[in-house]
Amino acid sequence: MSSTLLLALMFVGFITIYKLGRSRSLALATNVGGARYLNSLPFYYGMITVLWAAIPALILLGLWYAFDDAVIQAIVVQHLPAEIREAGNTEIGLVLNKVRLIIDNQFLGEPPEYMTVAAAEINKLTTLSSNLLAALIFLLMSVSASVGYFRIHPQMKARLFVENWFKLALLICSMIAIFTTLGIVLSVLLESIKFFRSVPITEFLFGLEWSPQNAMRADQVVGSSSFGAIPLFAGTLLIAFISMLIAVPVGLMSAIYLADYAPTKVRSTVKPLLEILAGIPTVVYGFFAALTVAPMIRDLAIGMGLDNYMTVTSESALAVGLIMGVMIVPFVSSLSDDVINAVPQSLRDGALALGATKSEVVKQVVIPAALPGIVGGFLLAVSRAIGETMIVVMAAGLAANLTANPLDAVTTVTVQIVTLLTGDQEFDSPKTLAAFALGLMLFVVTLALNYIALHVVKKYREQYE
Amino acid sequence: MTILEATNPVDTAETAAKDTIKMKEADLNEAATESDHKTVGDCFVENPKFSVRDANVYYGDKQAVFDVSLDIGENEVIAMIGPSGCGKSTFLRCLNRMNDTIDICRVEGKIELDGMDIYDSRLDVVPLRARVGMVFQKPNPFPKSIYDNVAYGPKIHGLVSRRVDLDEIVETSLRRAGLWDEVKDRLNQPGTGLSGGQQQRLCIARTIAVSPEVILMDEPCSALDPIATARIEELIAELSENFTICIVTHSMQQAARVSKRTAYFHMGKLMEVNETQKVFTNPDHELTEAYITGRFG
Repeated sequence: MSSTLLLALMFVGFITIYKLGRSRSLALATNVGGARYLNSLPFYYGMITVLWAAIPALILLGLWYAFDDAVIQAIVVQHLPAEIREAGNTEIGLVLNKVRLIIDNQFLGEPPEYMTVAAAEINKLTTLSSNLLAALIFLLMSVSASVGYFRIHPQMKARLFVENWFKLALLICSMIAIFTTLGIVLSVLLESIKFFRSVPITEFLFGLEWSPQNAMRADQVVGSSSFGAIPLFAGTLLIAFISMLIAVPVGLMSAIYLADYAPTKVRSTVKPLLEILAGIPTVVYGFFAALTVAPMIRDLAIGMGLDNYMTVTSESALAVGLIMGVMIVPFVSSLSDDVINAVPQSLRDGALALGATKSEVVKQVVIPAALPGIVGGFLLAVSRAIGETMIVVMAAGLAANLTANPLDAVTTVTVQIVTLLTGDQEFDSPKTLAAFALGLMLFVVTLALNYIALHVVKKYREQYE
Repeated sequence: MTILEATNPVDTAETAAKDTIKMKEADLNEAATESDHKTVGDCFVENPKFSVRDANVYYGDKQAVFDVSLDIGENEVIAMIGPSGCGKSTFLRCLNRMNDTIDICRVEGKIELDGMDIYDSRLDVVPLRARVGMVFQKPNPFPKSIYDNVAYGPKIHGLVSRRVDLDEIVETSLRRAGLWDEVKDRLNQPGTGLSGGQQQRLCIARTIAVSPEVILMDEPCSALDPIATARIEELIAELSENFTICIVTHSMQQAARVSKRTAYFHMGKLMEVNETQKVFTNPDHELTEAYITGRFG
């Protein structure tokens, strides 16, 4: 029995069990004077019966799926020829891979006899396993559902029981994100530790030069490689800074206009238009930055004669920063607009009634009251700017220059992570592992930024209500 | 306390029942919707602070205030009463153009403050609102410190240049609002941390800190407990020596206690304006009588 069919049947089973439980509670209720004398609504008696049936069945299902492959494999390995079993785990693994190819009909040529036998055995065992599972599940479901069914009585606190289980489900959902983050951190951390075994952490943190080199083949001669992350973080911060320079004032002011000045008509047209900007894929922004804005900036800079004083390239941090800023504007404006709108009208009225002008109201009452939310929006915008990769790849280049010149080519942490991990190379070379160290650093930096900003907000917030 | 006794609703209700022919609800409503109505009583005074003539207010297509003509005298306390939705708050908000904040609101007619048309298109509302302050139904202190709440108005109007002068204004205003003794040791704490009654007095202090000539109060006690209400009412009596006060209230006892004149609004129309004592003992209009005796509203 396929697992889809099994799940579908289980679902049908649950519905039936729900109906049975519900009607049993109603039947019992007639003896005590009607449904109003039940402890809970009939719905909860149905649900409690389903929970009784579902929880053991789902646990069994989970355990079975977790272990059945391993068990089947162990059985098959027992039946392999002795010389393969004694040849060690690597050899067994290779054979098993070939057997799987046979099962998928992708094996090229004529497989040896013992492999065909193993493949047939796997097929047989898999079918057996799924049938056995189905039988066990339905047996378990009927047993536990009957227990639940006969436990129903009018005084049973079904609602409490069901609600506690739902609470647990909600808790699990909220934990998923946390545990996933934890898992990501751990995996990045472990790889980073491997990296720091070959490159000293001080060199990584304080080194001023970034040029990861790696031998593709053992006999290849490469230049010395250096893993100083400073140029990357400098480039990231430069680009993020330029983009925030655009996004924060423009976004905040458009939010203020939309929330406090714009007539309803303008607001209802402009706001959706702004939000459309947020839906444009970053690749498209990248094209625009690389093909239109960057050359324009270069020509402008050369026209002004700036190339006599500093490097002017056609891939510039300025172009990327500008376009990224524009990309983030709707983000900032939409979030700020929401929090500005949430400031109660009564506060505005209070200031207006004292003879404050509209701009005084906005600057001195509305913005301070909305500040925590606005800063929250900025933070999200900063993390977007730091995390943005595509525009930078396309328009700022890959050269890790340590410079504060916005007309020069720079690169960012995320871009380097991408370039380090793409291409065909060993996965345990320092060059590849450096990507994880960069990821870890990025994680720590953004975490620190968030932490600092939260504290700043807490200190300066003006709380209304 | 003579006014209070005379206007005990129970007494009034009894007199009303004895002396007048009882009107049915339908008749009252008919009287109220008569298109050609005339305000009874004394609408006009000598040397008015505010003079309103034929004011009509619309929210979009819906008319909320019909042909109101009313004078408000210098340093008098005038109370506006009437059932919910009768237009009294809307009318009050016309007096310092707070209705401007509502997009669809439109005001017609003439409203003059000391002979100056406040709906003149060339008029700047900022100085107008500095002259005509407003206290709202729900206390709305700014999310700033107590000190900054009171100092806000003087600061934006540039009334003071030195810190000591500002300190003095803050102290005087808080004293006049009867709040100084309670907050003098915590001027730097947020105004939102005060109790409801204290917040409302803070809002009054904030309003008088800009030395307005008129204070509009829109149900200033409806969110407060009886003790805080009594404090505010005392305060109104003290303030009436220096300020003209227009107060909208749902409490007839409050109107009777604090005001000199009372205006009764009904379905957007001004039905009666008279000395408060007269309104609550011997009103001229049958609707006023019906309202104060509790037959509707």
